[in-house]
Amino acid sequence: MRTDVFKINETTPHQDLTEGLMFFGAGSTKNFNTGEWRTNTPVFIADKCKQCLLCAPVCPDSCIPVADSKRGEFDLEHCKGCGICVEACPFDAIVMKEGK
Amino acid sequence: MARRDRMSGNEAVSYAIKQINPDVMPAFPITPSTEIPQMVSNYIANGQMDTEFIPVESEHSSMSATIGAEAAGARSLTATSSAGLALMWEELLLAASNRMPCALALVNRTLSGPININCDHSDGMGARDTGWIQIYAENNQEAYDNFIQAYPIAEDPRVHLPIMICQDGFITSHAVENIELLEDKEVKEFVGEYHPEEFLLNPDKPIAVGPYAISNYVMEARKNQLQALERSKEVILEVAEKYKKLSGRGFGLFEEYKTQDADYIMVIIGSAAGTAKEAVDALREAGKKVGVLKLRVFRPFPAEEIANAIKHAKAVAIMDRTESYNTHGGPLGAEIEAGLYRAKANCMAVNYIYGLGGRDFTVNHVSDIFAELEDAVQNNKELEQYKYIGLRE
Repeated sequence: MRTDVFKINETTPHQDLTEGLMFFGAGSTKNFNTGEWRTNTPVFIADKCKQCLLCAPVCPDSCIPVADSKRGEFDLEHCKGCGICVEACPFDAIVMKEGK
Repeated sequence: MARRDRMSGNEAVSYAIKQINPDVMPAFPITPSTEIPQMVSNYIANGQMDTEFIPVESEHSSMSATIGAEAAGARSLTATSSAGLALMWEELLLAASNRMPCALALVNRTLSGPININCDHSDGMGARDTGWIQIYAENNQEAYDNFIQAYPIAEDPRVHLPIMICQDGFITSHAVENIELLEDKEVKEFVGEYHPEEFLLNPDKPIAVGPYAISNYVMEARKNQLQALERSKEVILEVAEKYKKLSGRGFGLFEEYKTQDADYIMVIIGSAAGTAKEAVDALREAGKKVGVLKLRVFRPFPAEEIANAIKHAKAVAIMDRTESYNTHGGPLGAEIEAGLYRAKANCMAVNYIYGLGGRDFTVNHVSDIFAELEDAVQNNKELEQYKYIGLRE
């Protein structure tokens, strides 16, 4: 039954679809640019950031990458602009700007 | 070696569940199916089986948890009746569209209103278009036999669909009858272990179950689901054949009781088929050529097979134990009349509604219906379609 689901597209006949449209493979939501749903956008002000990392775990879409104990720039392909990180930051190192 | 015992229908199904020993059973009690989770819980508490029993807060949850467990890779089931099945409505469709071979022991009870706890088929018939396989039993023995056959049908790779094993509330669920049981070992061998090819708790092969489908995929998914239901017909017959070798008891999509040469045939589902057979025996002794077709498998609906089995009759009585509020008949009436039309049959067909909310359906009712059919055919009378049996008026 297992098949390369990335070969399935909108012209695939029903016989070649997976049973119950079961999807094989993990992490495929990365390919879906949900960031385009965003109306407001968080802006990272690196100078004010103390790298306390309180922002990263509260992001519902895991859009704050952390490497070597330091956060990086937002993943705006998936950030929906909820603003939770702004509330979590004790140092005003994140602000919301209107629009994408 | 088979063992003789006496059991109620609920006991019989619970005993079958014990012998199968499935992995997960989420359930919420509702009359008249309550005894099934209660008895299974007892078996678990006594160490006679090791199914994970999940007491949930509603039937919406019990079906959700059944689907979740099945998707995770566990053989799962639940039991319910009436409003419980109605509360599962959304999940029933999901179980089928996600192609989950889970089982449901349905003890048929009417749906409100007026509120009532007794038998009719309005719950099962209400769920007839959810994509589940539906098998109905005449008596306790059949409820037991059908349940043992449930997983081999549902889990067959040609099928992968959920299955509802139905019996009549109180009439068979609470009445104690003689029964012949298989040995635990025989049941375990017949049903086998469940090893799904794909399941959520498989760390090496991640999958997603039930993803959102955009419009470009929905019709194709439905067609595949429909074809699986069509294929289940041959699987139901294969499993029945295998079961006959094991138990000596044979099953088909329906049972033909003295119909071969019959001029008048009654088509009926569930426990009332026993009443109809009793009447047929008496009428046969009086020289009347009458018979009963007892439908076992309602979904997938064997329209062509039924039409071929009854179209030689002069008249057919189609018995519905539910009101469908379409104002021109019950669900069985609608299905069979459509089947007869497609088979280009021209026998008279009359639809009757009986036994709603546990109303008695007697041998005399059956005899009266056959007499009415005979009178209509011999005297060229138009019969009232879609008539209530035993209605005070």
